[in-house]
Amino acid sequence: MGTRKTKAPPPAALGRAGTKRNLPDHFKKYRHVWVFIELERGQVHPVSFELLGEGRRLADQLGVQLAGVVLGPPGDSTRHAVAEAFAYDADLVYLVEKPLLTDYRNESFTKALTDLVNTYKPEILLLGATTLGRDLAGSVATTLLTGLTADCTGLDVDDDGSLAATRPTFGGSLLCTIYTLNCRPQMATVRPRVMRMPQRSNKRIGRVIRHDLRMLEDEIVTKVVGFLSDGQSENANLAYADVVVAGGLGLGAADNLQLLKNLAQTIGGDYGCSRPLVQKGWMAADRQIGQTGKTIRPKLYIAAGISGAIQHRVGVEGADLIVAINTDPNAPIFDFANIGVVADAVSFLPALTEVFIRRLAPGNHIRLVN
Amino acid sequence: MHIVVCIKQVPDSAQIRVHPVTNTIMRQGVPTIINPYDLFALEEALKVRDLHGGEVTVLTMGPPMAEEALRKALTYGADRAILLTDRHFAGSDTLATSFALSQAISQIGNSFDTPDIVFTGKQTIDGDTAQVGPGIAKRLNLVQLTYVAKITSIDLSARAITVERRSEGGTHVLKSELPCLITMLEGTTVIRRGSLDDALRAARSEIVKWNAAEAGIEDITKCGLRGSPTVVKRVFAPTPREQKAVQIDTTEKRVHDIANELVASIFTHQPALQHELSSADSA
Repeated sequence: MGTRKTKAPPPAALGRAGTKRNLPDHFKKYRHVWVFIELERGQVHPVSFELLGEGRRLADQLGVQLAGVVLGPPGDSTRHAVAEAFAYDADLVYLVEKPLLTDYRNESFTKALTDLVNTYKPEILLLGATTLGRDLAGSVATTLLTGLTADCTGLDVDDDGSLAATRPTFGGSLLCTIYTLNCRPQMATVRPRVMRMPQRSNKRIGRVIRHDLRMLEDEIVTKVVGFLSDGQSENANLAYADVVVAGGLGLGAADNLQLLKNLAQTIGGDYGCSRPLVQKGWMAADRQIGQTGKTIRPKLYIAAGISGAIQHRVGVEGADLIVAINTDPNAPIFDFANIGVVADAVSFLPALTEVFIRRLAPGNHIRLVN
Repeated sequence: MHIVVCIKQVPDSAQIRVHPVTNTIMRQGVPTIINPYDLFALEEALKVRDLHGGEVTVLTMGPPMAEEALRKALTYGADRAILLTDRHFAGSDTLATSFALSQAISQIGNSFDTPDIVFTGKQTIDGDTAQVGPGIAKRLNLVQLTYVAKITSIDLSARAITVERRSEGGTHVLKSELPCLITMLEGTTVIRRGSLDDALRAARSEIVKWNAAEAGIEDITKCGLRGSPTVVKRVFAPTPREQKAVQIDTTEKRVHDIANELVASIFTHQPALQHELSSADSA
């Protein structure tokens, strides 16, 4: 629902953002950059490391410290998350350990994170734009009555120390830079894979500040009564795949998706699609790549029959090598692909698959479904 | 049972074009639609009403033309439509929007019936923030259930609700209480076609229009630009890549030769890939 991004920025806003800020005294207490370390079912989400990389850069620019925030149950998973935060260069970690933080629930996590912010006052707070991160960030920002910029693709610190958060607008066709001028902390979410994965160091220790959560299980209305895992096979871990093959309307018919899957299987990659195929019901929404789907950063990305609307471009720009196959030589995808082939994907994909099989495993005859 | 569904009228983003020279949005002739994700919220609300009785109120905030979206929602079978419109709302970010909508929902409770469930779509296709739903929930102190794929059960007498919520790598089954706010995922249900009766009723229905005061908003500084902590400073086009794709020549060649050339080109660009792909394949 409503965000101002649907409208041109009004002149009043330009004026406000254009003036050098004169920090009110109560803002000066807000210092340091925080990254929320997402932990669910014992695993740290890699987006947290990507954010620590960004957070490190921002903290260095501001000359302040970088902190990780770990909320979880007492035990190995939480301890591991703390160690990982240091390994990815956090200076300190704020830790809240409580059994009632075992599963993510909005009530307990919102209270824990809000209490931490109110006690220790960060100037910047970053979260991953995952289902958990977005659920939590919206509640925390509303509780604190501060600004929150969703799904940023670029974060920077201005000369005057303000966080400049850049995100796509109008379905990705334009970018806008957003500031939170009169409130603290400045909050932003970033989707997995939008930022580069930083180098992991061997640093395993640092200062841990423990904080209590004054909340009882009885105060939490929502109970987690079950979890159905997607399982390894169905779990499209597209965002972190090294090789991705995706199809668009140029595939012509749902049956031709098999050609895509054959190629993906041959080169050990994952597969996805552009938005129209999800709208047609040919592929599940969690395999959609682009502005409203997943952001990917593979070493090799092959786009078959995808015209390359700006919404799609936003999701694949981080790929090392983009190969585009499309019948239309003027398709926008050729403007940002590295290698282009003007060809019909339906007839080209089987040939490409065969060549890959010959090059990669000459003696190995993989049987492919037609 | 009273259900409020928040919807938004959005430009059909699939049809938005950027002017190639000026890099400005070309809005002329771009049709507006109900945010597609909100349709799943509306359908789920109608299903709950059909099962448990009661009524569905649709609410939107926007310019007067947003009335069209509400009328459309009535043709699907909603019982009542309220348009929250006031120039004071112009320039609202997600925090200011959630304030105005939460005040209007309270007012709906005063004027008609306290809502048991507030529905929204998981996000809009223009803002894409997914922040307004959680914002409304927090302001109204409602239990918040986001990314809901399925409502498993509602027990009105026990005020209990069980839902399936999508999360990274799986689905959580959550048991919670009414009243609550639910943001619905897409593709969760088949959206009904409104009946002829509904279409006729929608055409005749009056859309309730509220300005800020009528929605019970006393502090106007919490709305619009003044109530928005975020400020858009700059809007710009992404920098185009300097080079276009290197095209593989396809004239008068067999498809296998073209494929050969492409694969050779891929491995020239990324020499390390050949080894990596080979080991991935044999694994």
